[in-house]
Amino acid sequence: MEKNNLKAWLYLLPAMLFLGVFMVYPLIDVLIYSLEEGYNSASQTFYGIGFYNYGYVLRDPYFLQAVKNTLILVFITVPISTAIALLISLGLSSIKKLRDLFQTIYFLPYVTNTLAVGLVFMILFKPTVYNDGLVNMLLGLFGVAPIDFIDGPYWAKMLVLCIYTIWVVMPFKILIFTSAIASVPKTYYDAAMIDGTSSRRMFTSITLPMISPTVFYLVITGFIGAFKAYSDAVALFGTNLNAAEMNTIVGYVYDMLYGDGGGYPSFASAAAIILFCIVLTITCINLLVSKKKVHY
Amino acid sequence: MEKTLDLSAAQQKQAVRKKITKTIVYVLLGIWAIIVLFPFYWMLLSSVKSYGDYNAESVPQFITISPTLENYLTAFTSVPLLDYFINTFIFTVATTALMLVIIVPAAFAFSRLNFRGKNLVFVLFLSLMMIPSELVIITNFVTITELDLRNTFTGLILPSVTSVFYIYLLKENFSQIPDELYYAAKVDGTGDFKYMLKVMVPICKPTVVTITILKVIECWNSYVWPRLITDDEAYFLVSNGIQEIRENGFGRENVPAMMAAVVVISLPLIILFLIFRKKIMAGVARGGTKG
Repeated sequence: MEKNNLKAWLYLLPAMLFLGVFMVYPLIDVLIYSLEEGYNSASQTFYGIGFYNYGYVLRDPYFLQAVKNTLILVFITVPISTAIALLISLGLSSIKKLRDLFQTIYFLPYVTNTLAVGLVFMILFKPTVYNDGLVNMLLGLFGVAPIDFIDGPYWAKMLVLCIYTIWVVMPFKILIFTSAIASVPKTYYDAAMIDGTSSRRMFTSITLPMISPTVFYLVITGFIGAFKAYSDAVALFGTNLNAAEMNTIVGYVYDMLYGDGGGYPSFASAAAIILFCIVLTITCINLLVSKKKVHY
Repeated sequence: MEKTLDLSAAQQKQAVRKKITKTIVYVLLGIWAIIVLFPFYWMLLSSVKSYGDYNAESVPQFITISPTLENYLTAFTSVPLLDYFINTFIFTVATTALMLVIIVPAAFAFSRLNFRGKNLVFVLFLSLMMIPSELVIITNFVTITELDLRNTFTGLILPSVTSVFYIYLLKENFSQIPDELYYAAKVDGTGDFKYMLKVMVPICKPTVVTITILKVIECWNSYVWPRLITDDEAYFLVSNGIQEIRENGFGRENVPAMMAAVVVISLPLIILFLIFRKKIMAGVARGGTKG
């Protein structure tokens, strides 16, 4: 093939221009911001270079609260949603009738607006003028006293956030699991059937090893996604997440940048970089573990 | 004689067990379907209950005897919901169109043209996929603010138009087109640009459509960037609009009207999904993630 250097760069120019301005430059800039001490956004001056911003963020009680919330959210929702999604996908793969209908229904939350549907969840948990809300009514059938899920104790709010997060992330996981299970060669099951293998054995010896890369992929993307949780919390508890004790790390970054407590791009940058490091570390740990456990 | 009887009894037992398992599977799948659908039902139901009825309920009601559309009227008249819609529409169309203009030539260059440093540039492009948007949004916010582009469509749209992942997806698809077609077009005197538009894009139409739909979904639901960059209500998108309604509008006390707004906001994407169900699900399975 002939070389057409100039022409090729011309075709790439728009993409490179946009990526350069809005991704590569910011990436470098965010590092610089995080090191500039006492940055003033009005006069654009700073009085030193160092790690003060990181120290400030790591000592900020709001940030520590956000880290705690995010960690709880990650370690509760990722295992539970992955397990339920796997069960549902196995069920889906074993049926023929209504399968398309179920798949369509299960995917619905993916295309809905997180903010909008979050409000519906809030309404389900929130008391109205004369009653304690639908969820409390259902709990009442089991003799549970009404709980204030939206403005009440910490664990109740966290529970709602976890439930909504799981509801939101399930469509993606079910979709990926069902296509992975469908791609396991049928001949394996036929051979096992002739040998009289029990269906539990078939799952542990055929299905699970064959889809283990998918399980691993979903755990990693799940971790990354949950670490970036933000709009779900806003939908449930409003924009002032610090007051509700429900802020997440990403929420802390945005609050530092803009809003009532905003105007501190340096602190925001430091927090964003800390988040990036946490995610990177966990992804690396996952990769190491998977090398031992995943069959390719 | 006895032996065959035994066998059929065992077979029968197995058949019964199979049936029970199947029933349990259907019941469990049905329960999850209800969990998924119930919030949608509740939002629709609450949106047609009248304000008085909703607040007078001492026990939440699962049906309503006197459905009303007044909440929809309230939603459109007491807040600029229609403006939010028009804004979101403009934002979505402009962002998606601009993205296609940018990514199609880039994918074409990577798949069809030959130039020095191609592999290196491509690897650099791919590595950008790993950069979380949270990391770059801070500088983008400062850049847009300094350019005085806050509360403008330009400021909303520009940082949202590029997607490395879609360039990659399209490039993979373009590369599957046989080289012979290109040489044949060359012999006929077709230029590269014309070839790209008249041959490659039509052949890869399914992928282009999938990318377009996924981008539309992303734009319609985007919240964080619009929130940072707009505080003038005249430029709010639906996500920010609904948040505004909830915190400062009628959402505080008038839940049915808020639910009406939620229904109106959710409907376009649900319709889009039901039309392009297969395409959307295949596209997401190939590598989309939420958010």
